[in-house]
Amino acid sequence: MKFAVKAWSNGTARAGVLHLGSVAAAIDTPSLLLSTRKGLPLFIPPDLLSSLPFPDSRLLHVSPIHLFEGLSVKTISKIGGLHQLLGLHNYGFAAFPRDSIQCLPEATSTNKTGASFENPCGRLLIKPAEYMEMISSMKPELWATLADEVPAWVSDKRNRTSVDRTIKWLDECIALSPASGAVFGAIVGGPSLEERRRCAQEVATRSVSGYWIGGFGLAESMDERPALLNAVTEPLPEEKPRLICGLGLPEEILQGVAAGVDLFESTYIYHLTLEGFALTFPLDRTQINASNLAPSDVGSDPRKINLRATVFRKDATPIVEGCTCYTCRNHTRAYINHLLNVHEMLAQILLEIHNTHHFLGFFRLIREAIKADRFEEFCKDFVRSR
Amino acid sequence: MALRFEVVGRFKRARAAQLTLPHFECQTPLFMPVGTQGTIKGLTTNQLEDIGCQIILGNTYHLALRPTSELIDELGGLHKFMNWPRALLTDSGGFQMVSLLHLADITEKGVTFQSPVDGKPMLLTPEESIQIQNRIGADIIMALDDVVKTTITGPRIEEAMYRTLRWIDRCIAAHKRPHEQNLFGIVQGGLDPVLRDICVRGLVDRNLPGYAIGGLAGGEDKDSFWRVVAQCTAALPGDKPRYVMGVGYPLDIVVCSALGADMYDCVYPTRTARFGTALVPEGVLKLKHNAMAKDTRPIDPTCACMVCKNYTRAYIHSLVTKDAMGSQLLSYHNLYYMMQLSRNLHSSIVEGKFPEFVCNFLQKMFPKGDVPEWVCNAMEVAEIDISSCCAPFRKD
Repeated sequence: MKFAVKAWSNGTARAGVLHLGSVAAAIDTPSLLLSTRKGLPLFIPPDLLSSLPFPDSRLLHVSPIHLFEGLSVKTISKIGGLHQLLGLHNYGFAAFPRDSIQCLPEATSTNKTGASFENPCGRLLIKPAEYMEMISSMKPELWATLADEVPAWVSDKRNRTSVDRTIKWLDECIALSPASGAVFGAIVGGPSLEERRRCAQEVATRSVSGYWIGGFGLAESMDERPALLNAVTEPLPEEKPRLICGLGLPEEILQGVAAGVDLFESTYIYHLTLEGFALTFPLDRTQINASNLAPSDVGSDPRKINLRATVFRKDATPIVEGCTCYTCRNHTRAYINHLLNVHEMLAQILLEIHNTHHFLGFFRLIREAIKADRFEEFCKDFVRSR
Repeated sequence: MALRFEVVGRFKRARAAQLTLPHFECQTPLFMPVGTQGTIKGLTTNQLEDIGCQIILGNTYHLALRPTSELIDELGGLHKFMNWPRALLTDSGGFQMVSLLHLADITEKGVTFQSPVDGKPMLLTPEESIQIQNRIGADIIMALDDVVKTTITGPRIEEAMYRTLRWIDRCIAAHKRPHEQNLFGIVQGGLDPVLRDICVRGLVDRNLPGYAIGGLAGGEDKDSFWRVVAQCTAALPGDKPRYVMGVGYPLDIVVCSALGADMYDCVYPTRTARFGTALVPEGVLKLKHNAMAKDTRPIDPTCACMVCKNYTRAYIHSLVTKDAMGSQLLSYHNLYYMMQLSRNLHSSIVEGKFPEFVCNFLQKMFPKGDVPEWVCNAMEVAEIDISSCCAPFRKD
């Protein structure tokens, strides 16, 4: 893995380039990691995955916890790792346990032996040694060390323990590190600026290729977050990539970018898709500026539409006119409205494709704004266009 | 008439043909997946094209409920609504009503039932069924028939057969688009050869573009099943397509093709996929079984589909019944299997290798030679020698 920062805006927001051996082209950052369930998207079939923008759609997040629900380390090793398992050879895999949708850290059950996760199959305790066995068999392009993530309401003592434990596990994981795959050191610290800084400073001294920032999206407020993010990123060396888990909404992504984060795992697409929403906010800079001049319907959201609404029953237009995704090139709002009404799986497939395509477009806008050194202006315009 | 049917190859009763419909040129024998509500569960239209689907079935009953045939018509027909460029077939709606609804009843007027939306009494007449299907716009539409289960006996069967003949005239009269949509008649008559014969002759008199053999695939024993198919295919005109409704299992399709049938439909391949079962040459493979968790082979090593080329049984096992993707991948494979079966039937007949194909098929499915007796009997009538795949009978 190789990473380099190419441009800055507003001091800390940065645009960079990530090279992974398995992906033919360089991936520009800030970038989104697509969510998967056992390595494949929730709904987008593998043969349609390649219709998404290239190479922005080539980074996939895989949670080891999911994978090992039905498969053993031995079987995955025998098959040869993630690329063979999933039939996706030109993709880059980032492995870390937390999946903000279905696999959440369970801080009350985590103890000194391992990290606990709440999963649809129950609660699992993963020890560093077991975790490293999983990572070794998967052979991801990059992976995070095991962390003890805590929500914002824990006691100071519990928070300090989580930092100590995360650092200890980081060292244990690095010691068991497989030959391939870039290691991202996990940084936690909960709601405390001090602990966040302490953890980041400690991890910065370790020999890692990047940083995995955890413990966000666990009940901290929108207002508290920027300071906490900066406390993490300030002590970190600039030339190594930063990956964050748990920021979902576009505004939260912008907070992460502002603090100098490069890679994002987000649940936004998942929630939109399941609830029947499709993203429609403009991806054209001129449209964003002009959109607050356009008349808005009472109660409507210019960001997204809910295709369950009866107003779409006969709407023979695509979700977004001019969108080049598979869904917009082939289907209409009326058809998706029908599919949602009759509870057909194709609705989620089509929505996940469009929403992913559109959200990747959002990241492209972020990168353009940074390269043009107008990131702050971009953020203001975007928030105002609501 | 809005179709052309040209036989391009034969082996005894079996035929391979080119069926040209308004939206697509098809090759028979062919299997039609069922896209009940305007979609095949979990698959996109481009995947269906990739797999080689030629005709998809839509259920009139479901579509008339949601989104309604008027809406579909307003938006340009079902092809445009779901963006399926190839052929479509709609059934009459009668079968679902009788099987899905309490208090559905059949009178001379039509099928009376309680609306599932608000409980009001409603009536589906032959005229109404055809009008709905005219609005939906499929290449092939089915007449409303009086369908009874083959497990029923008595005068009801005769009544239903005659009523089906009376209704076909009403369907023909109501059909507004005979140059764009082909109205198929459905042969009824239960398991009674006399009744079946009367019905065939009655329908053939009406000179319809194609004929279906209905009232089967409902629990009758296999021996009765194949005999009805054999009788009907022998009596129906050779220059028109023959569609066995509700069939089915790969074995049944091979037998019916040997007896001279051309088209089939069934929910089985996609439904069984959602329960974790894959179709393979040996029969079925149950991906849920614990043994699959360590099996690193593809579902079917001889299958060229995207699923078999990329995934192991172990991985699919980890997905089935837990993740939507499991259903999708298995549905994809199962439909590919059925399309490949269709292609193999067509090409083996055209290339003069049909008996070899049948024997090969039976050998893989019954490696011990225990081919069911009904299959042996049917193949005898079809004049196909399968002695090489049957274990010699014990002489007691």
